[in-house]
Amino acid sequence: MSGKTDDLVIDGKAYQSRLLVGTGKYRDMEQTRAAIEASGAQIVTVALRRMNLGQKAGEPNLLDYISPQRFTLLPNTAGCYDVDSAVRTCRLGRELLAGAALVKLEVLGDEKTLFPDVPATLKAAEILVAEGFKVMVYTNDDPIMARRFEQMGCVAVMPLAAPIGSGLGIRNPYNIRTIVENAGVPILVDAGVGTASDAAIAMELGCDGVLMNTAIAEARNPVLMASAMRKAIEAGREAFLAGRMPRRAYASASSPLDGTFFN
Amino acid sequence: MQVVINGKPSSLEHVRTLAELVAQLRLDGRIAVEINAEIVPRSRFASQLLHEGDVIEVVQAVGGG
Repeated sequence: MSGKTDDLVIDGKAYQSRLLVGTGKYRDMEQTRAAIEASGAQIVTVALRRMNLGQKAGEPNLLDYISPQRFTLLPNTAGCYDVDSAVRTCRLGRELLAGAALVKLEVLGDEKTLFPDVPATLKAAEILVAEGFKVMVYTNDDPIMARRFEQMGCVAVMPLAAPIGSGLGIRNPYNIRTIVENAGVPILVDAGVGTASDAAIAMELGCDGVLMNTAIAEARNPVLMASAMRKAIEAGREAFLAGRMPRRAYASASSPLDGTFFN
Repeated sequence: MQVVINGKPSSLEHVRTLAELVAQLRLDGRIAVEINAEIVPRSRFASQLLHEGDVIEVVQAVGGG
């Protein structure tokens, strides 16, 4: 980067890492911690669930492994299929994290696809923005909806690349690029990345970051995949900034055509 | 007093406020609570009286994407 910083800025706060990671599906808390460490992520998503009240004192708590002092924790509304439960979840998240207002809003449409219910997401975002939340919104890869979310005050728009947990990669790169080109807030691919090249493609399209969970947690070696993702995000970002060569239908020799000593 | 805590009907004795309930359940600080679908800020735990039929949710952070 020739000495210049290239931070991701969300709601006025600068982050050096453009990889955001989830904490679900890991074998245990220790593996969660190790994978997040290897990913270099600074923003980490968590879910909110009922506490097991029979739980013994001293049972591991995620926050013992992922310190809110060190990481920006992003409570999500995963599992919410309506406006009310998503809004309540965000309020609980803000309370749990001592007033931190950054949330990942997702209002899901059905269990099979986990596609967003966009009208419900719009309604929830409207309520949350009015209550002072800083909303990072999961939505589909629709440029018009992305613009709507930006206009209503969301601090980041996060189109899916493919269904949550599917690992299918960037299924509609042209839409993602259009969303990026039109955007005045950070655009992060959220969901669908399967392996490092998918993350690099998202970044090469100009995305400001990528949020992922399953691609790391379900890898045979999650810690190694976390490291691979960190590199892919960095490589993709640098390639985007560098500007790729044009595509050509035919070859273009790399060595000089003049001065050959043979005929 | 009969209440519902995290989906389970519970009978509370010698507990008047949310702060007393939190202490009785030995919950640490890393929780958030709502009563009847309304958030209760931590600063109000001590003054929040519990009532017959209250539906109480106590949540914590868990792994998720």
